[in-house]
Amino acid sequence: MTSEVQPTPETQPESPQPGKGTLRVLQLYPREMNIYGDWGNALVLQQRIKWHGYTPELLEYNVGDDFPEDIDIVVGGGGQDSGQLVIQDDLQARADHLRELADGGAPMLVICGLYQLFGKFFKTSAGPVIPGIGILDVETHGTDERLIGNVIMKSTEFGDILGYENHSGQTTLGPGVEPLGTVTKGAGNNSKDGHEGARYNNVVASYLHGSLLPKNPAIADFLIRTAAERKYGTFVPGKPDDDYARLAREHAARRPR
Amino acid sequence: MLSFSVPLGKLVRTLSRLRGGGSAFPGLVVEKIDPGFMQRTLASLPHGVAVVSGTNGKTTTTKMVVELLESQGLKVFTNRSGSNFTRGVAASLLGEVDWRGRLDADIAILELDEAHAVHFVNKVEPRFSLLLNVLRDQLDRFGEIDKTARLLEHIASRTTDTVVLNREDPRVARISKILHDVDALHHPAVRYFGLDESLRSTFPNDDEMRTSGSGPSPSGTPVAAAEGEPVELPAADVVLRRVGAQDAEFEFDGETVSTAMKLRGVYNIFNAAAALSLARAVLGTGPVDTPKLVKALGEVAPAFGRGESLTVDGQPLELVLVKNPSGFRLGLKSFPAGGYATMIAINDNYADGRDMSWLWDVEFESLREDGVEVLTGVRAYDMALRLQYDEVPFGVVEPDITAALRTFINGSRGKPKRIFCTYTSMLAIRRELAKITIVEVVS
Repeated sequence: MTSEVQPTPETQPESPQPGKGTLRVLQLYPREMNIYGDWGNALVLQQRIKWHGYTPELLEYNVGDDFPEDIDIVVGGGGQDSGQLVIQDDLQARADHLRELADGGAPMLVICGLYQLFGKFFKTSAGPVIPGIGILDVETHGTDERLIGNVIMKSTEFGDILGYENHSGQTTLGPGVEPLGTVTKGAGNNSKDGHEGARYNNVVASYLHGSLLPKNPAIADFLIRTAAERKYGTFVPGKPDDDYARLAREHAARRPR
Repeated sequence: MLSFSVPLGKLVRTLSRLRGGGSAFPGLVVEKIDPGFMQRTLASLPHGVAVVSGTNGKTTTTKMVVELLESQGLKVFTNRSGSNFTRGVAASLLGEVDWRGRLDADIAILELDEAHAVHFVNKVEPRFSLLLNVLRDQLDRFGEIDKTARLLEHIASRTTDTVVLNREDPRVARISKILHDVDALHHPAVRYFGLDESLRSTFPNDDEMRTSGSGPSPSGTPVAAAEGEPVELPAADVVLRRVGAQDAEFEFDGETVSTAMKLRGVYNIFNAAAALSLARAVLGTGPVDTPKLVKALGEVAPAFGRGESLTVDGQPLELVLVKNPSGFRLGLKSFPAGGYATMIAINDNYADGRDMSWLWDVEFESLREDGVEVLTGVRAYDMALRLQYDEVPFGVVEPDITAALRTFINGSRGKPKRIFCTYTSMLAIRRELAKITIVEVVS
């Protein structure tokens, strides 16, 4: 046994290299929309930006805040149905701005609740319809069936994607979006068509919460690369140590649904 | 038929114990042949039934309530074996009743998990209920915490005498208003247990998790600070005023009482305030021996696996059960890392919750300086990945708990040890430890 504690792998630079520049990550509504590990996605972006040698700036936007300028990556999480009701008006007020960013190619990651609200609408099972902001050509219907469990899907863009889903809203894709992947274990967008998530421009939408980016660094690096290329014309990657991500993926893949 | 149900149930219980079977099976048998057994037996108790529910801390809190009431001379029936569902209650009853089905007790104090409690209270209206908290635990079972809150509301609405609520948990405190809205005249009495203002910051609830300023806000980044909304809190029956290293102060009846505490961890001691409030409700206006009550509180030892302290190689070894982000954060806060060798064991079996996303809602910076010696459990690599992103150094990653525990103990001789573990990894660790050291035997 080595009782000596080993230092963090040396491939990760101690401090960002100032030469490569800054990337600003905006977390949408962390106060209401941060269920089960959504913070992990923001943290992973922040650390990997650093490990790639850029300087991360993490910002939060909550209901009523001034919307920050010069955002390079947008990340948004899931929430209770009650949380979605709290943010819906504010989100509508920001819809044009967010749509402009998405249409212009800004990389975004939206999970679960914000995935639903980035679509056309979410008709809750209780009846009320929460309007979405229509960035994604998807619609969501609340059901009494809850889709819960480990998920594995195939993506031509990112390889195998692993995570965990927990939702009762079922989403169907329109012609304006592509699925993020095809489910091999789990349900995905709905209990019927075997698709999970949605892709539009550089927007990635998914029901896999919290641990999506930690165990799927390919998606994190896509968001970072896209942001760097948009801002600086080029992306010079670092060498993050992904051994533990690989091992965690291997073990997660063997777990039952 | 009826007259045979209890002897038959007891026989099944004896047989299933002999073959080491599950604790609930005899309960299933008696439910089938005598569906009224549980209601009938519990209805005979002079002080009725009290239900303890909530996401976290049920087992230790139930144990405290039992010991507090016993200090006042009450005979208490409880579901000690941890079978906290209806069938388990029936099975526990079988072990306690005589051959004619009579239960020699004044009151039943029952720990019930949120979902099972709903079934139970539909069958047996509790006289008292104590609702501890609604945390992001077991979302893979309940879907979302608002739904868990609704389960607790239902327990409260079926309670006939007094509901004891956690004043500091917004989803639990709100139940008072719901009871009142539903039936302004005939709702049960409500009393609260609460925290001194100075302690509130140590209990960020799930809503404040990302806005309390406790989160990892990287230096120099403009993360918005929390807006401190002034909240008018109702008066609490029992308030936890202060937590010391080995003592605590509680305020009730307008007086502050100080007592030594065997329990460790602020969350356990906060639940002591909950237990005290429920015990006071049960004792009602009758005579209360307050010094004995307080003495009993100070003598409660943690329940099985919850903040237990064992001895290995002459050094203390603490087991800290972590089941959800709030629990893990409180565990890290309550047990500072300095001077301790640390192991973390994470399983994702059904009883742990299958979803490991919550590890990303815990900040591990407090372990950065001393590092973590060993990571183990089915999800050891998820934990390693989590620590990597929080820049916490760690040594061995070994998913096999037996091997990991031996590595940990051999590698940290002469040092006090602490293990943060999920439920099923705790069970595995205890099994292994029993081969190495004396572990408290739980009936």
